[in-house]
Amino acid sequence: MIDTLRLTAEEAWKLVDTKEISGGELFAAYLAAIGERDPELHAYLHVCKDPGGDGIPIAMKDVIGTKGVRTTAGSKILESYVPVFDSTVAARCKKFGLRLLGKTNTDEFAMGSSTENSAYGPSHNPWDPTRVPGGSGGGSAAAVSGGLAPWALGSDTGGSIKQPAALCGHVGLRPTYGTVSRYGVVAFASSLDQVGPVAKNVRDCAFLYSIIAGRDENDSTTVEVPEVELPTAEDLKGLRIGVPKEMNEADGIEPGVTAAVRAAIELAESLGAEVGECSLPRSVEYGVACYYLVAPAEASSNLGRYDGVRYGRRSDGADFREMLMNTRHDGFGDEPKRRIMIGTYALSSGYYDAYYGKAQRVRTMIRNEHAEVFEKFDLIVSPTSPTVAFKLGEKAGNPLAMYLNDLLTIPSCMAGLPGMNIPVGLSEGLPVGLQLIGPQFSENTLFRAGHALERAIGFDVVPERLR
Amino acid sequence: MNWEPVIGLEIHVQLKTRTKMFCRCANGFGGGPNTQTCPVCLAFPGALPVANKRAVEECIKLGLALECEIADRAVFHRKNYFYPDLPKAYQISQYDEPLCAGGRLAVPTADGDVVIGITRAHLEEDAAKNVHIAASGRLHGATATLVDFNRGGTPLVEIVTEPDLHDADTAKRFLQLLRQTVIELDLSDAELEKGSMRFDVNVSVRPAGSDELRTRTELKNMNSFNFAAKGIEREIARQIRIYEEGGTVEQETLHFDPTQEDSPPMRSKEEAQDYRYFPDPDLVPVHPPAELVDRLRSEIGELPGARIKRIADTLSFYDADVLVTGGLDRLWSDVVAAGADAKEAANVLANQFVAAGISPDDVDAGELAKLVAARSEIPRAAFDEALAKVGDAGFTAAPYLEQKVVADTSELDPIIERIIEANPGQAEQFRSGKEGLLGFFVGQVMKETGGKADPRVVNERVRSKLS
Repeated sequence: MIDTLRLTAEEAWKLVDTKEISGGELFAAYLAAIGERDPELHAYLHVCKDPGGDGIPIAMKDVIGTKGVRTTAGSKILESYVPVFDSTVAARCKKFGLRLLGKTNTDEFAMGSSTENSAYGPSHNPWDPTRVPGGSGGGSAAAVSGGLAPWALGSDTGGSIKQPAALCGHVGLRPTYGTVSRYGVVAFASSLDQVGPVAKNVRDCAFLYSIIAGRDENDSTTVEVPEVELPTAEDLKGLRIGVPKEMNEADGIEPGVTAAVRAAIELAESLGAEVGECSLPRSVEYGVACYYLVAPAEASSNLGRYDGVRYGRRSDGADFREMLMNTRHDGFGDEPKRRIMIGTYALSSGYYDAYYGKAQRVRTMIRNEHAEVFEKFDLIVSPTSPTVAFKLGEKAGNPLAMYLNDLLTIPSCMAGLPGMNIPVGLSEGLPVGLQLIGPQFSENTLFRAGHALERAIGFDVVPERLR
Repeated sequence: MNWEPVIGLEIHVQLKTRTKMFCRCANGFGGGPNTQTCPVCLAFPGALPVANKRAVEECIKLGLALECEIADRAVFHRKNYFYPDLPKAYQISQYDEPLCAGGRLAVPTADGDVVIGITRAHLEEDAAKNVHIAASGRLHGATATLVDFNRGGTPLVEIVTEPDLHDADTAKRFLQLLRQTVIELDLSDAELEKGSMRFDVNVSVRPAGSDELRTRTELKNMNSFNFAAKGIEREIARQIRIYEEGGTVEQETLHFDPTQEDSPPMRSKEEAQDYRYFPDPDLVPVHPPAELVDRLRSEIGELPGARIKRIADTLSFYDADVLVTGGLDRLWSDVVAAGADAKEAANVLANQFVAAGISPDDVDAGELAKLVAARSEIPRAAFDEALAKVGDAGFTAAPYLEQKVVADTSELDPIIERIIEANPGQAEQFRSGKEGLLGFFVGQVMKETGGKADPRVVNERVRSKLS
């Protein structure tokens, strides 16, 4: 009997490699788990038949284009869309032998922090199905946490990998901007979007990153990346860890979250790390505001292509203009519409300098402020999310409260920096995540630190109610 | 009052690179509708543009030929608007950081150079092609629009001039010179009928001697240089009439139709689009290396403007202009070098040769020189026949040179007398003053002799016989 709740990707790989079980049997075990628990969790929008291959299964967020497999980005406007080409990340996984289990739920066009903006209904948190799994990558998070996939790919624009990982108690990496190709990934905000791994532990996360990362000639913004080192060390000797005051003492951080994060930081010190306080005042103060200009501005342009002409939904209309408006009116949900309006306004002539132009300058300031901190520290830490998983519907009616969820994940995204969540404990029976952020291309440092901490903490990633 | 026209031009030239501007699709016509397309130029979700290096080089080369400054850093911007032929709902173009800016093109005239400032030359992508269909086959009452994306994504260089032109003829000559420059640099076919070169003209008028810039109108849809000149003249006259009647000129775009008396407005600028330009986050800035710019500069030969001036020292300005802008001056110098008379060779090339529609590249200059030299000594018919075949592979002048004109009066007189006898009525009319009938008799003689008679001798003999 394969325990998909506990099995890591590395263990699964060994089982298949040593022919203890076949790849087909492993795939079937996950399909069985999906059959059993997905009706409750709604992690998947689409489940695949076993496509074959040499390797183990993987789930992919539904913004990641997969040839021949419906890719909706959580939107009605792409309800019927079946890509004719693989995204680079999907192609790399396929080439490595990974078998696509299915496409996971997401807020529409990855716009949200709870999956409640999915046009196909929300996903549920495996630790407590009355709560959200986070978002936008709540589907991949619920799938990995609920034993419905050994690992998965997510995408992160302002926290969509890290925050769901925190809320569901597993590992998620948002890589350095430019290390993973965006080709074939439904765009939300091009200067921020990054695909990254969602996994049960840091070694799996590092391994999946090594499969997808690297220069892609189809994405001009990608670069060559340093060779990935699978972490083995169990100490943190020589590592300088900064604790940004504003990110650890911000209003709205729950006491239980603070306590679990403090404990993890003390543990890091006992493992040999040098821990010191640092400061990112402007990044935290202006990060969210800046993000909500840059991301919607880019989104308003990126979502223009959904015009009903070539693919996806088309509503009737007497002429092109009317068909276009009806298609977009019927096809987009409230959140994309809200962001298209904000973004269109921010880019409008006469407002550009005050909004988009200024946001770009603030972004440079955020980047510089982080660079200064990294002169003294190898990485910085904070809670990933100010709260544990909240109830479905709790924030759905209040976009601003929802946006503030990403207060701690957004600044480093704006700076293009890598960030990783690892689970560090429970508060009120729900997982608390620690965010580790490093300078550009410091993924190996994050893996090393995350792995050592994870071993020392011994967090059980299987949701209590499913053990 | 005297009025001074102020004219500026905006020219688009399609580059004939092997592939499109931002994808690897074949660039160029051919194949059925939508056969030269891919996820990128069809704007499928997640598809990303990658700039065509060759197109960047060619734009720089044209910029250098126009004496522009080449930017150290050039940026691609998105120009956002909805139209069925624009699949991304934005055109990738350049905005405030173009590749080339601040150049000039000197248009030689009989009275010296007229220097036209080049504001900028930048790279962008062409739109696809809309085909409106209706039972009547006319645009009016069209029932459907089909889109052919083959043209979408073709590299375009946009050249914008300063408003330095003040008359239609110089504008026309500027366009001819620019076209020849582009062709010689081997960047484009620049064929107006095929749309590989297109231009819009901005026209305003002001009181002579003033330096104000009044409201301008934009003329579109002119597919020949003569139409452009005609359209400009008509628009200048219209604006002067409006001002003299105390009216004001509206800023609008006019659709030029040479078959109509006036140019109907296409759209008024009140409905002007806000294109929401912003830097395309999918592309990285272009930094042309100095070595590349130097190499491209070294590849540029003597430009047409300079050659017109050089050749005008030998020939008339008019002949020099016709030869150079017609792409015939290189053949002309070769023919002269091979022994033909300069003026005679220019006459043949500018008249019969152009009319025969032969490519100068196919011609053996030595053979053509022999023909030109023997022009007055061989029958007209033989010369015409030879010229029509001068571009054929393996053409030699020898067989035509053997045919000599019949100038011997003892041979011609009996024929002339016979013809006069056979046409007593016409002879009588001529004698009573109808001079025009001379041509009739000459024509009859030429016909009788199979075109071999020397027309000058026949002329003279007919006249003397009839007097």
